[in-house]
Amino acid sequence: MANEITAEEINKHDATLLKDIDDALANCMKCGNCQAGCPIYRETRKEFSVARGKISLMQAILSGKLEITKEFDSMMAQCLTCKTCAANCPCGVKADELILRGRHATIKARGLNPIKKTVFSLLSNRPLFNTVLRMGGMFGWLTFKDIPDKNAVLSRLPMPGMDPNRATAPLASTPLRAEYPPVIKVDNPRYKVAFFTGCTINFMYTDMGKAVIEVLKENGHEVILPGAQHCCGTPVHVSGAFELANEMAKHNIEVFERYECDYIVGACGSCVEALLDYPKWLEDEPDWAARAQNIADKVREISQFLVETGYKTDNLGAINKTVTMHDPCHMVRGIHVTEQPREILKSIPGLNFVEMKEHDRCCGSGGSFSLAHYELSRQINDRKCENIKATNADYVCASCPSCRMHITDGIVQNKMPQVVYHPIQLLAESYKLGKQK
Amino acid sequence: MEKDQLIAEMKKIVGEENVLHSKEALYAYSYDATPGHIYMPDVVVSPGNVQEVSAIMKFANEHKIPVYPRGSGTNLSAGTAPLKGGIVLLMLRFNKILDLDLENLIAEVEVGVVVQDINDYVAPHGLIYPPDPGTVKTASLGGTICENSGGLRGLKYGITKNYVQGLEVVLANGDIIHTGGKNVKDVSGYDMTKLFTGSEGTLGIVTKAYLKLVPKPEAQASMIAVFNTLEDAGNAVSDIIAAKIIPATMEILDNSSIRTVEDFMHVGLPTDAAAILLLEVDGHPVIVADEKEKVLEVLKKNNAAEVTLAKSPEHKEQLWTARRMALPCLAKLRPTTFVEDATVPRSKLTQFLKIVTKAAKDYNVTIGTFGHAGDGNMHPTIVCDLRDKEEMERVHKAMDVIFRGAVELGGTLSGEHGIGLGKLPWMELQHGKEGMNAMKAIKRALDPNLILNPGKLIGEC
Repeated sequence: MANEITAEEINKHDATLLKDIDDALANCMKCGNCQAGCPIYRETRKEFSVARGKISLMQAILSGKLEITKEFDSMMAQCLTCKTCAANCPCGVKADELILRGRHATIKARGLNPIKKTVFSLLSNRPLFNTVLRMGGMFGWLTFKDIPDKNAVLSRLPMPGMDPNRATAPLASTPLRAEYPPVIKVDNPRYKVAFFTGCTINFMYTDMGKAVIEVLKENGHEVILPGAQHCCGTPVHVSGAFELANEMAKHNIEVFERYECDYIVGACGSCVEALLDYPKWLEDEPDWAARAQNIADKVREISQFLVETGYKTDNLGAINKTVTMHDPCHMVRGIHVTEQPREILKSIPGLNFVEMKEHDRCCGSGGSFSLAHYELSRQINDRKCENIKATNADYVCASCPSCRMHITDGIVQNKMPQVVYHPIQLLAESYKLGKQK
Repeated sequence: MEKDQLIAEMKKIVGEENVLHSKEALYAYSYDATPGHIYMPDVVVSPGNVQEVSAIMKFANEHKIPVYPRGSGTNLSAGTAPLKGGIVLLMLRFNKILDLDLENLIAEVEVGVVVQDINDYVAPHGLIYPPDPGTVKTASLGGTICENSGGLRGLKYGITKNYVQGLEVVLANGDIIHTGGKNVKDVSGYDMTKLFTGSEGTLGIVTKAYLKLVPKPEAQASMIAVFNTLEDAGNAVSDIIAAKIIPATMEILDNSSIRTVEDFMHVGLPTDAAAILLLEVDGHPVIVADEKEKVLEVLKKNNAAEVTLAKSPEHKEQLWTARRMALPCLAKLRPTTFVEDATVPRSKLTQFLKIVTKAAKDYNVTIGTFGHAGDGNMHPTIVCDLRDKEEMERVHKAMDVIFRGAVELGGTLSGEHGIGLGKLPWMELQHGKEGMNAMKAIKRALDPNLILNPGKLIGEC
């Protein structure tokens, strides 16, 4: 029959999806150096787990030797987007970005997998997304039970797609943005600072968000909390659903354009990286890319902002504890902010800073990766926990709510005493203690 | 044999979870770090112990199915490329350091362990395992044994074969044998340990090794010297050895490599220099201080335009940027990178470098050369684009000139990467028909059905 689609035609079509990255893929010289740092390869030691393997598979699609199959999809899914491969690649190949292109091609060829489809359709409807997560928070006590002193919960009921023993973050009974007015005024503000909260801080770790607001207020900044802001789009973008992610980016650009602010700060490395990357995401639409750039120019990670503009250190109270720090992937290899959070921690009186081994190694979370590959992400995390244990620290700091959640789970599973915070929470606490003097 | 039956048999031996056979998984094991060699295997099998390896070999031998042992797949000679289909034998589950014998200074290590992990394991005891190929952080011990890998410290410390004192090997017929052991002196029988070391997986499957460890040197002194002519650099290398100093490392970069590194890194390298030498002497602090002075003298005598001594370990790292970044920077120039390893007696170093430079010019190909000047092991690195057929022809012509040149100077095709497939065409040139026949006789004796990594090292047999 003339209308029948042949396997060869499918292969040809799949190849066109990756055509424009042919040269970028060819730059990989297949040395395999990416094996040394890849957290997933370290556990699985399978070639398709590592960047070289994934790049080869994409080249096989391009040359028509393979087609985009479910198996290809699952191999492309085995990436934490931790960027360790790209940071250490002798040829400068940005494998993390190329793998996202592979995921994008998979969606084009095979559609989105059903679970992601459901989640993403929820994400694409902001009011519904907000309502669902808010309701979840109101009735959270029904489904989750608290783990004392860890700001973590265990599920009481089996949850779809989640390991029953996994410690997760509690959904807040009231989301962060609902607790504050859209503009938090101070007298004679130094700067007007818009706060991009991100989903996890808004709906789960409101304590992180409150700390950011308190610290900004303490330093004389007006805080703007745009109510219509939405998910930064990272979970969608890293799944390869670029079109939807771009829509979310545009929404956030429109929202933040409405406010006159000097800076836009975020407290999550991944969110901040997304805001900085919007111009690149939207490069095919120059008008949008230009608007994205105007936004990106104002974006700072909170510790970066504080160190850049200066913050008060004369009224800090002592925290007599030992702290160690984990560098989230998107902080260290995404936006390259590692010194500022350390500077802040080291400025707190009484706080003893101890560096852990492999502090910049991925904690295994990878956002939604840990949902789909819990066991693997646990193994990666156990190594992180061992490094934490060796420091004998009381606190672990991480500038990323997703890392905080995953490391907290690791600490609970390994029956360790540490508590995980965002560095800014310790600064807020120190300001508070300073006032009690 | 039907593919399905082969897969079923393999699953029986190693368990379902240790057999890969999807088209995608097979493709991921169709290549290694060598450009231009992609061959699909029929199945990828990960045995967990020596008995399983034996059972796999018995079965493969009976049914004449090719077997390719593989570790990390980082070799540069297509040594693990499954040329004729069959079984890729993935040895990474052999991942244990079994014993560290501090009285005999021997580590008993399985072949799937990464070389750097061995060093990390023995370092707290003040020991080192000296072979340090460029892939030390990724290469498996088994791969480095089969390829007899070298590294930066080859001149003073030797290469892998100098540190492998015993092996556990599964032969083609499934027999398990043990060669050598913990004895420093051992002349009982043929030196089978050395035979399997560097055999590129063509004679047996190595599963375990006894490795000799040495005390970590107490002190180091590093320096970098700039030369305006290749002759001066070459003479400096020979004169240092003639002065009875054996540096731990003595590395050279040619002008093309220097310029490429400087273009990318902007670290202030002299782009008009003909060559840079990087040297390190190590050992007892008193001896190091003495040797350092002597080396400086020799460098001066040979017209070194500039000599910089490392003031601290950090400063050394900074000075060595040029060497460390030579390959990465060259690789960034073009998509495809051939790192060759033709080696000549060190007295012929200058002559050889001139042959390489001329070949690059004659065939209009980009070649940067750097390498281990002390042991004459050069890395002419050819960067090109595999997708450009016309360019590849010129690349092969240039390679031909380089290999012939090395052999004519009394050198060898490969100092440390192995022959595999890439350098096969020149093997007879170096060894002669008789030499090849002797090697083929060994191969046929140990692997009569020619199932072990067939077509490699000695070619068809």
